[in-house]
Amino acid sequence: MIRTQAILLKNGRIIDPANRVDKKASLLVEKGKIQAIFSPRQKTPSLPKKLQSIDLQGKWIVPGLIDMHVHLREPGEEYKETIETGTKAAAAGGFTAVACMPNTTPVNDCQSVTRLILEKAENAYARVYPVGAISKGLQGESLAEFGEMKQAGAVAVTDDGKPVTDSQLMRRALEYASNYNLMVISHSEDYSLSRNGAINEGFVSTSMGLKGIPHIAEEIMVYRDLALAEYTGCTLHLAHISTKESINLIRLAKQKGSPVTAETGPHYFSLTEKAVKDYNTNAKMNPPLRTQKDLEAVIKAISDGTIDVIATDHAPHSILEKDLEFDQAANGIIGLETAVPLALALFRKGYINAARLVELLSTNPAKILGVKGGSLEIGSDADIAVIDPEHSFVLHEKDIVSKSKNSPFIGVKLQGKALLTICGGRITYNAISD
Amino acid sequence: MSSEHLFAHKHILGLDHLSVPDIEHILNTAESFKEISRRSIKKVPVLRGKTVVTLFFEPSTRTRLSFDIAAKRMSADTFSISASTSSTTKGESLADTAKNIEAMMPDIIVMRHPSSGASNYLANRINTSVINAGDGTHEHPSQGLLDLMTVKEHKGKIKGLKVAIIGDISHSRVAHSDIIGFSKMGANVFVSGPATLIPKKISRLGARVCTTIEEAVNNADVVMPLRIQKERQSDPLIPSFREYAAFFGINREILKVAKPDALVMHPGPINRGVELAPDVADGSQSVILDQVTNGVAIRMALMYLVLGGT
Repeated sequence: MIRTQAILLKNGRIIDPANRVDKKASLLVEKGKIQAIFSPRQKTPSLPKKLQSIDLQGKWIVPGLIDMHVHLREPGEEYKETIETGTKAAAAGGFTAVACMPNTTPVNDCQSVTRLILEKAENAYARVYPVGAISKGLQGESLAEFGEMKQAGAVAVTDDGKPVTDSQLMRRALEYASNYNLMVISHSEDYSLSRNGAINEGFVSTSMGLKGIPHIAEEIMVYRDLALAEYTGCTLHLAHISTKESINLIRLAKQKGSPVTAETGPHYFSLTEKAVKDYNTNAKMNPPLRTQKDLEAVIKAISDGTIDVIATDHAPHSILEKDLEFDQAANGIIGLETAVPLALALFRKGYINAARLVELLSTNPAKILGVKGGSLEIGSDADIAVIDPEHSFVLHEKDIVSKSKNSPFIGVKLQGKALLTICGGRITYNAISD
Repeated sequence: MSSEHLFAHKHILGLDHLSVPDIEHILNTAESFKEISRRSIKKVPVLRGKTVVTLFFEPSTRTRLSFDIAAKRMSADTFSISASTSSTTKGESLADTAKNIEAMMPDIIVMRHPSSGASNYLANRINTSVINAGDGTHEHPSQGLLDLMTVKEHKGKIKGLKVAIIGDISHSRVAHSDIIGFSKMGANVFVSGPATLIPKKISRLGARVCTTIEEAVNNADVVMPLRIQKERQSDPLIPSFREYAAFFGINREILKVAKPDALVMHPGPINRGVELAPDVADGSQSVILDQVTNGVAIRMALMYLVLGGT
């Protein structure tokens, strides 16, 4: 356990869209809180004697990043990831909080599992927000105990990994969750269209002889869930949006004033289906990587506000699930350690400004989940990420902190990196002293 | 050999990877080997001391026997492993199976596997030459090549011919290799079948999609119905074989719209009376057994060439 200490982050660029701040300033962390923010011209507040002072010329100081969609695999699949290793990877990626999906073994569908996760997370490297299941055992048949899970600490419910096929169950989930102010997160997939599919359906699937997952498999369910949200008036969050038409549907729903939010993953704006070339199972995921047209629509949605959040869908798998024939390999890629450079690519290309980047990765997920963080409010818990937007590096497998190494970005040159992560005043990751 | 072409492929994974000169060179090599099978002593010492392992994870009679005969006619030693007798039934992974076989130092592994890309997977992990004998719904290169050889033999050319492939294009690795191969060699490939069995964007592989089989077969030089694969029917794809035979089966009647000297081909095994009427299968235009004969020559050529023969 690292003791909290006084830290002075000097002369960085403070970007805090929640408080409409974007300025060169220093930030003082003391007793786990953000004590002061002051510009070079302002009077320096009285500083504690024992102080770690870090010069951050040219670096960004932003609210700790929040990944609202990760799979920590504990309990049940600790050989892929644990709460400890997963949050360590989160810290290395600039994240101070993660929301973990319920498809563990056992499923997080009752308060005892929610509690177990939170107990294990007490000494973790990031705040852990459990997301409970919508249906008992993720079976899609009957509602899990939302109230008790909420009381135990769950922040949302989802059957992520699987769609809720039964529309009536999804409707009841939206209605019932509203009693507890729980966000319902939808994994939108028409399973009858996507079943046994391996990659996006199109020329690539045809030429590789792989069963395709048509984009309509996502869009049909996005439409259903938007219709249910509008009909019931209940809030809804759509996970891992990957197609152009899904985005059009969400844009329309938002124009009508429906209480919906949506996320996409960094891979959906960084890669297309072509990444599965030569049967690379590290580019196999669900929803699958799509076409250039979809990628462009995702980027547009990120810049115009249709997409609210970038969440990684961090899905660790060991080589036991990935070093296989393509159709046999598991879906999913890790994402915590590559989200910052991939999102920064959008910034560098001019699609989003720095404030929007922070909104997507911190402010908005905090708001949607109703959790602390997402801003650099004086007096609030010191959850902070320091980002060097210029730092270039090639991602090497040996440098990956996550227990699993299933990333399609291994060997790829990336630009931008979290250098320092502070969670509740504790330094959880520090690459500056290196 | 007749051609000066330098053949630089260690593995044969699909026709997609082969250039036009590569394909021509394989066809020429196969043609020169064909005569060996007609000798009374059907054996040449070209691959003496070489070891060929056939590793079949799916049932096969023709292809497996064809590779086996081809290897033996070249004096290679051959060994067979099939899914039911292999350690995969004990849960061994494909990579482990392959590495164990590799450790016994064979020269060629011929593999058939139900997963698309399985041969690519193997080729990326071992040093032995890999010949794909059919991977999932991806490719079946030796079949594609023997089809090219058969057409070239009967028509004297491939360029400019109209080739009609009828039936389950979605689940046919033969169709994929044929579409790629015939298009590469300058033929015009037309496909037709129930729309449920025509994959997305197949036209970008080089095939024209026709809604009626008449349109595809009309004036064709080659008519190739594909096997309706009972073992792959997990989707609701066709209502019955009876209706399939009535609307998409190749029979005397439909063959009339093709060129009078059109070749009838089939990759086998045939569902007689479903995709192909028995009298057409056994008729004068059928070259189905020539395909089988040429299969041996093509496989001799492939094994010879991947081991550095010229």
